[in-house]
Amino acid sequence: MIVQGLTFYLFAAIAVGAGVMVVSARNPVHSVLFLILTFFTTAGLFVLIGAEFLAMVLVVVYVGAVAVLFMFVVMMLDINFVEMREGFLQYMPVGVLVGIILLVELLMVLGTASMSPEVMAAGTEPIPDLADRQNTAALGDVIYTKYIYLFQAAGMILLIAMIGAIVLTHRQRPGVRKQVISKQLARTREESVELKKVQPGQGI
Amino acid sequence: MAFLEIGLGHYLTLAAVLFTIGVFGIFLNRKNVIIILMSIELMLLAVNINLIAFSAFLNDLVGQIFAMFVLTVAAGEAAIGLAILVVYFRNRGNIEVEDINLMKG
Repeated sequence: MIVQGLTFYLFAAIAVGAGVMVVSARNPVHSVLFLILTFFTTAGLFVLIGAEFLAMVLVVVYVGAVAVLFMFVVMMLDINFVEMREGFLQYMPVGVLVGIILLVELLMVLGTASMSPEVMAAGTEPIPDLADRQNTAALGDVIYTKYIYLFQAAGMILLIAMIGAIVLTHRQRPGVRKQVISKQLARTREESVELKKVQPGQGI
Repeated sequence: MAFLEIGLGHYLTLAAVLFTIGVFGIFLNRKNVIIILMSIELMLLAVNINLIAFSAFLNDLVGQIFAMFVLTVAAGEAAIGLAILVVYFRNRGNIEVEDINLMKG
């Protein structure tokens, strides 16, 4: 129990510190790296709480895909990031004010809330004992039966996101020689080969 | 050593703090869209922490399934957002939020 508690505090502290660095780092590349650190420590917290599958998905999807995507965009766009930081201090007071108000509100809600005993019994899909069924298998049991349509819809959302990203960023640049198969197939013998009668000693 | 007993409140507090950092980041980096997108990711992460904490402490798997869907949508959002950003940069040459008025008419 003591180890668990200390681990929670360590990971939570790292996550919050890295989160602060994400929004305050001077260089956006450092921001992305701190974002990755936040995701990693949060994945550790998920393991601590018993949601191993979600922890691994977080590492694979967020660290492996989303953060790398951010990294690519930060590095590929030629932006003067020093100029972008103008007004940083100007917005600071408003940001701090709104942040403190929001945090106090959230903590006030948490402080007064209490869990009704009926809620504990109202769960529809109880988590099976870890010895009996692993977290991943237990999730699979529910996702592929009861939530199959939502699962398919999630796949559809990813497909649409992929197509959308490709349609948005793909462009046809003029002057670049490319293979157009339909044009190649549409060629006929008449327009590609011309036979000329060459008289001896005259040339064309 | 009562503070070492980790309960629901601890996770919810952590999520609240992370969410606040996300909101704070949006205010702080009013010019840089990339950092704003990262702040949104932080806020979605806080929501996921909430869902998973409730799932674990109420002994209900549905919270974890929902967190997975939130993750899916967040990944899609990041991909589309960054694609729009790249297209915008190609057209305008910068990504300052205050200059974004192409659709103002």
